[in-house]
Amino acid sequence: MKTPLDPRLTVLMVEDERAIRRFVRAALEREGHRVQEAETLQQGLLEAATRQPQLVILDLGLPDGNGIDFIRDLRAWSKTPVLVLSARVEERDKVQALDAGADDYLIKPFGVAELLARVRAVCRRHEGEPGGEAAVSFGTIRVDWAHRQVTRAGEPVHLTPIEFRLLAALLAQPGKVLTHRHLLREVWGPAYVERGHYLRLYMSQLRQKLEADPAQPRHLLTEMGVGYRFSSQ
Amino acid sequence: MNGQTGPARPDPDQLLNRLQQEEDRARRGKLKIFFGASPGVGKTYAMLQAARRAREQGVDVVVGLVETHGRQETAALLTGLEQLPLKEVSYRERTLREFDLDAALARRPTLLLVDELAHSNAPGCRHPKRWQDIEELLDAGIDVLTAINVQHLESLNDVVGGLTGIRVWETVTDRLFDQADEVVLVDLPPDELLQRLKEGKVYLPEQAERAVENFFRKGNLIALRELALRRTADRVDDQREHYQQLTGSPLRATREALLVCIGPEPGQEALIRAASRLANKLNSDWHALYVETPALQRLPESRRRLILDTLKLAQDLGAQTATQAADDIAAAIVAYARDHRLNQVVVGRSRPGRWRGWRRALVDQLARLAPELDLLALARPETPQRTGAATGAATDREPAELAALMRPYAMTLAICLATALAATPLLPYFDLANIVMVFLLAVVGVAVRYGRGAAVLAAFVNVAAFDVLFVPPRFSLAVHDVQYLLTFAVMLIVGLVVGQLTARFRYQAHVANAREARARHLYEMARALSGALAVEQVIEIGERGVEASFRVKTRLLLPDERDRLQPLPVQPGKPKIDTAIAQWSFDRNDPAGLGTDTLPGSSVLYLPLKAPLRMRGVLAVAPERHRLVLIPEQRRLLDTFAALIAIALERVHFVTVARDTLVKMESERQRNSLLAALSHDLRTPLTGLIGLTETLALDLAAEESPHQESLAEIREQAVRLALLADNLLDMAKLQTGGIRLRKEWQSLEEVVGSALRLLEQPLRGHPLRLALDPKLPLLQCDGVLMERVLVNLLENATKYAPTGAAIGVTASVEAEQLRVEVWDEGPGLPAGQERALFEKFSRGHAESATPGVGLGLAICQAVVEAHGGRIQAANRTKGGANFAVTLPLETPPSFEIETEGNPALPAPSESHENPS
Repeated sequence: MKTPLDPRLTVLMVEDERAIRRFVRAALEREGHRVQEAETLQQGLLEAATRQPQLVILDLGLPDGNGIDFIRDLRAWSKTPVLVLSARVEERDKVQALDAGADDYLIKPFGVAELLARVRAVCRRHEGEPGGEAAVSFGTIRVDWAHRQVTRAGEPVHLTPIEFRLLAALLAQPGKVLTHRHLLREVWGPAYVERGHYLRLYMSQLRQKLEADPAQPRHLLTEMGVGYRFSSQ
Repeated sequence: MNGQTGPARPDPDQLLNRLQQEEDRARRGKLKIFFGASPGVGKTYAMLQAARRAREQGVDVVVGLVETHGRQETAALLTGLEQLPLKEVSYRERTLREFDLDAALARRPTLLLVDELAHSNAPGCRHPKRWQDIEELLDAGIDVLTAINVQHLESLNDVVGGLTGIRVWETVTDRLFDQADEVVLVDLPPDELLQRLKEGKVYLPEQAERAVENFFRKGNLIALRELALRRTADRVDDQREHYQQLTGSPLRATREALLVCIGPEPGQEALIRAASRLANKLNSDWHALYVETPALQRLPESRRRLILDTLKLAQDLGAQTATQAADDIAAAIVAYARDHRLNQVVVGRSRPGRWRGWRRALVDQLARLAPELDLLALARPETPQRTGAATGAATDREPAELAALMRPYAMTLAICLATALAATPLLPYFDLANIVMVFLLAVVGVAVRYGRGAAVLAAFVNVAAFDVLFVPPRFSLAVHDVQYLLTFAVMLIVGLVVGQLTARFRYQAHVANAREARARHLYEMARALSGALAVEQVIEIGERGVEASFRVKTRLLLPDERDRLQPLPVQPGKPKIDTAIAQWSFDRNDPAGLGTDTLPGSSVLYLPLKAPLRMRGVLAVAPERHRLVLIPEQRRLLDTFAALIAIALERVHFVTVARDTLVKMESERQRNSLLAALSHDLRTPLTGLIGLTETLALDLAAEESPHQESLAEIREQAVRLALLADNLLDMAKLQTGGIRLRKEWQSLEEVVGSALRLLEQPLRGHPLRLALDPKLPLLQCDGVLMERVLVNLLENATKYAPTGAAIGVTASVEAEQLRVEVWDEGPGLPAGQERALFEKFSRGHAESATPGVGLGLAICQAVVEAHGGRIQAANRTKGGANFAVTLPLETPPSFEIETEGNPALPAPSESHENPS
């Protein structure tokens, strides 16, 4: 991540609950960001068009409509990152939001630290467009794109073509939750989107090869019921 | 007609059918028959020996009924075998002791002995014949040993009667014998048998001693022995062929099929038996047909009843039976044979020189009509005994019937009188040749209106009247002019011809009307049933439809959820239902009651309503005349009505099911949206609360405020409240009517890893010991819920285990099951509370300072049980608690194997085809 993060962002907050708006605003302003508020979905879309925010924080349960429609509308003309707030029971909503183009989600109730960490991650990802580097490193692992080579603590690790492709798909969007459907489509092709067991098996193989403790992975993280996330930390 | 001359290859349908029979047979009990040539050969003895052998091998053997006839050696074999008590049936002030079928069914032994297969049960027993009892036992899966003599086989009955001059009335259908799993021939040379007879070892009933002496002549015994050996050999032959067919060996190329034509004369049973033997020998299907002409229709009730009995006998012997109404017997037979692809027609041969009956003409007619049919004219043995009842019955017409028959003749006479009176004034003005036309007109009119008989009467009366009143010399029967004889002859012939034609057309019209009416009723009922939406409608339409088409009273019985038929209240004008018989019919999918093999004495016929998927009820039919249900066509039509009603009931059932499902789906949808709204409403204020306290905490920290600690406490409580809300919502979701599992193939390692990451904070103070078998197969489960189980178990461990105490997770495969254990080195569980732990709101220690409401474990249990698994709690031997979850493993899904070492890797977006 080469470009340094611009600390001052314009954030659009679409949330109908005043208390949440208030503490999110306080937390973000403390970091030096500017916060715009919208209470409804319609107002949110209007604000997003006029204010050109660099980040949208969106509550999925809005009184005047479904947050997923908001994302679809927004994605029609903007690449602005979207952070979704959702309640835990709505697994399907989260997957739908991510598939519609949301970048990440936060489960209610969440803390200030968690919120700020996600905001930072989302923005970093969007600031520093990945893909330019010839190699990526995380932990003791180094992936050399040019030579399609993976080493672990300097030792070469053999990956099958599919394992390599899966790793590449995860590394392409660090920190972002990638849904099962997305990964299956990217790695295996559209005919495979319903065959979750392929993904389970290859993730397990990748972890065996790349993680120090496959049962407690540090980089190849599971978002149960949603997908996977690559973390470089 | 004999079309099936294709290559000698087994017909697949036939083979399938046979395999199906084989399968049915495997579920049924096995029947073993001890078969002998005559009484005294030692069948019962052999049967008891077999029973003892079976018992020594540990088989559960019970004696249902054995006739020892006082023989010492046989009685000795009985000792030590369990015997069922006999049922006492009182009949005409006598008490008969009969085999107790219900006791046998209730006792359910593996092997049951029931002697004397041919025995007829006392009236009042469930079945008229013992072989029917045995069929029911076999259906219930009980193996049966039984015994029978050759003369009791239905198809050999005549032959034995002819050989020995002695008839037995108790016969058994050959079907049972042929379908028996094993037949053991108990053979004894005639000399030895006679020796035994002399020694008094053979039981002879006192009253029949003379006859029996006659029976036991050496010549008879040799003939009977030959019959028995032959019959057994035939059976072995069948078995060989059956075996060859199953193993695909060459098969007979053409299939013979017989049609036996039943005439109206008495003594047709012999013809039926002969045809049955022939069909057996040819191993072919056979049909029995009775063609009812208008003349035959006028036979008295008792004669017609006899014909139906003959048809019933044919059915019992395995024939398919039919009656057809037609004018021309030969044409009807040929049409039937062609329709059913029957290439041999069997008719009884008439005695030469006797009356020129329909038979001789029939054979000739058949030969002329259908040269391709093989015709068999069978000898007609003298069988006066059995048919005595019929001959004297020609006049037993009811008075009302007689009156109805006489009416046309009375009317004819009246018309003739009127004609004569009307013609008299015409005499001065018209020629006699013209006046006779008036009389001819009267004859034609009578013939058209009242048929042939009346026409003949009218012809004679008119001729006489014309002669007496008009032809000179008048008022005398004498005729001067010979030419009037021609007038008489013409009048008579015209009358006969017109009468004959009218009768025929009237009959055909009658038959067509009846058919049309039936078709209309069937159509109307089908249409009405298709519109029925409730069970009550189906009952009403069904009962009305059947009652309209037949002269019967009906009731429809429906089962409850446990397949017990609901008794109906007695209603005036409706038949009285015996629910027990109806239930029997329902359970066994067999018709019962009137006209069937089961309790034929009942006045009601019970037809099971079999729909494609299952039994839907029983149709009880009480006909005004019992004859109705004995006519095969009528029965078939009734069956069609029953099938229609059954299908309608099934359709209505599924309509109800679909509606219930819709209601269930709707309520589930509402529940889910309610829970989602509740979840949102609970979490939103908590999010605000936690977020605001944290923001405030940052400010207070900057100010170094003394309230920091209180604020931290507020945050802590809010977090706990959030957890509690989670648990409550989860439990509500699990409790309110079924969990919809979103099962996917999951890797357990991943689920464990995800749970551990969620509990990173609480687990920090505990050393973690993971022991997951690296070769764990994928598990089909709802990943989110399973993660919840592990989170709850681990969280539980962190709550109770003191800081520093180890917490561990182990997973392994044990006997097709996945076993996951979560353990800790804490204080362990209070003794005796391992089960109570999983109850809602229950906690190990009543007054514990540890937070939580105890919902966690209850949730775990609900989730695990929804997956078909079990969860158990126990204390470890080394101290601490251990929670073990076992989950059933399913066959993992298939994978396309990735072939290694393919350097040309397609770009991800292009990899639509198999990755290899």
